[in-house]
Amino acid sequence: MRISCPICGERDRREFYYVGDAVALNRPAADAGPEAWDDYLHNRDNLAGETRDLWYHESGCAAWVVVTRNTVTHEVYHTELASDVREAQP
Amino acid sequence: MGFSGWRVLKEGLTGNRGWGAHWRDAAPKDAYDVVIIGGGGHGLATAYYLAKNHGITNVAVLEKGYLGGGNVGRNTTIVRANYFLPGNSEFYSHSLKLWEGMEADLNYNVMHSQRGQISLFHSDGQRDAAVRRGNAIINQGDDAELLGRADLKRMLPYLDFDSARFPIHGGILQRRAGTARHDAVAWGYARGASDRGVDLIQNCEVTGIDIEGGAVKGVQTTRGAIRAKKVAIIVAGRSGQVAAMAGMRLPIESHVLQAFVTEGLKPCIDHVVSFGMGHFYISQSDKGGLVFGGDLDFYASYAARGNLPMMEHVMEAGMTLMPMIGKARVLRSWGGIMDMTPDGSPIIDKTDTDGLYIDCGWCYGGFKAVPGSGWSMAHLVATDTHHEPAARFRLDRFRTGRGLMDEEGTGSQHNLH
Repeated sequence: MRISCPICGERDRREFYYVGDAVALNRPAADAGPEAWDDYLHNRDNLAGETRDLWYHESGCAAWVVVTRNTVTHEVYHTELASDVREAQP
Repeated sequence: MGFSGWRVLKEGLTGNRGWGAHWRDAAPKDAYDVVIIGGGGHGLATAYYLAKNHGITNVAVLEKGYLGGGNVGRNTTIVRANYFLPGNSEFYSHSLKLWEGMEADLNYNVMHSQRGQISLFHSDGQRDAAVRRGNAIINQGDDAELLGRADLKRMLPYLDFDSARFPIHGGILQRRAGTARHDAVAWGYARGASDRGVDLIQNCEVTGIDIEGGAVKGVQTTRGAIRAKKVAIIVAGRSGQVAAMAGMRLPIESHVLQAFVTEGLKPCIDHVVSFGMGHFYISQSDKGGLVFGGDLDFYASYAARGNLPMMEHVMEAGMTLMPMIGKARVLRSWGGIMDMTPDGSPIIDKTDTDGLYIDCGWCYGGFKAVPGSGWSMAHLVATDTHHEPAARFRLDRFRTGRGLMDEEGTGSQHNLH
C-alpha cells in the first residue's frame, strides 16, 4: 500500500503512522456531554468498503493526511491535507 | 458416530468406508429459541454449551460461508492462560481448564498439545516484569516458571543468545500452554452441538435483525426470515456490520493480522516461543511447518491479507531471534480480520435490545478463548446473568471508564492495540 502525501507525493506506507478513523476531525465541544465523547473516542462505523482515515506523515513532512481508501481491497482513492478538510467544514 | 482407537483400527483395515458426516447439514426452520449469528469457533462452542449445560437445543447457528471458515480456521493455534489483569486472568484460566478436558468431553481429537510456551526477556527490568506476571499467573492458580539463560540454552539451543540489541536473559515458561489443531476444534464443537439437536445452517447470511418495541424478534437471512426469542451476535471481524443491523455502533475497529507457514521440516522447535520485543512468536506444527506471526499491520482492513512492510518486519524479527530459520522457505501467508477493541480485551454482554447478546472484541487472541467464550456466552444467553469468569467483559466499560482491561498498558485507544 502506497499513500500519496499532498505535499511530498506518493510514498511507502511505512512513512506514515495510522491514527485512526477520520472522526478525529469532528472533535466534540468540551461541554458536549459524555455520550458524544464516548461515541467520538470509542464507537466506530468500521465499514467494509470505502472509509476515510487519518494518517500522520511521520517520516516525511509531518503533515496530517485524510486518506480515502477501500478497506476490502486496500486501494487508496485520494488524499487531502487534514487542515484543508478541517477548514472546509462549516 | 463415536471415535475410539478400536474404530480407527477397524476403519483402517476396511478401507475407511464407514466414516460418515460429522454433523447434519440442516435447513432453517421458521423459528428457534436461540439464533446464533456466526458459525466460527465461538459461535459453535456457544451452541454446544447452550445444549449441554443449559438443555437449550432449539438453536440455530447461521453461517454465511462454511463452518469454521473464518478466524478459527486461520490462526496460529496457540492456547495459553498467562494474562495479568483481573478479568482476563480468571477467564483464560477457566478456558484453559476447558481445553484440558475438551477431547474427552467432545470425543474428538483436537490434537491439543501442551508443549509449553516461553516468553523471552532481555533486560533486568523485563525480568522483574516477568516475575510479577508469573506471580499473578500463579495466584490465579495456573503455572509459570522463571527460566534463566542456562535453562534456555539447554531447551532452546537455536536462539541467538548474544544479539547486541536483544540479548536473551531468560524467559517465563507456562508448561500447560501449547497448541491445538484449529479446524478440529470447530468441527468437534459442531459435531457435539449437532448431535444434541442444534441446527447448523451454512451458506445462510444474515441481512437484517428484526427488533420491535426494543426487543429482538428474529433475523432476515438469504434463506428467509427466521423468528427467534434470543439472538447472539458472534461474528468476530464482522461485528461492526452485523451490529449495525441492530442500530448499534461498537467500540471496535477491524484490523489485519498476518501469519506465515514454512515448508515442513524435521522437528526442531519443541515449544511455543514468544519474542515480545520483536512482536514475533513461533511454533512448529505436527506436519513440520514453522507457524509464526507478528503484530497487526495497524490500519483498518477487511482484506484478509496484509502488506509487505509487516511481512518484512516479521521475517527480520524471526532472523534476529533464531538465524537458523533463514533457510526455511515460506509456503504461505494469510491475514485474519481482527475485531480490535480500544483496550485490547473482549466483550461478552447484553445489548440495549432485549434478547440480543454480543460476543466480540477478541482482538488477536480469540483462539484460546473458544471454549471459555462459548461457555460464558451460553451462560449469559441462557440465564441473563454474567458468568463469573467473564463478568468483566462489559460493553459499557468504555463509556463509563470503569473496568478497562488494557493488558499491554498502552492506553485505551483504537490505534494502540
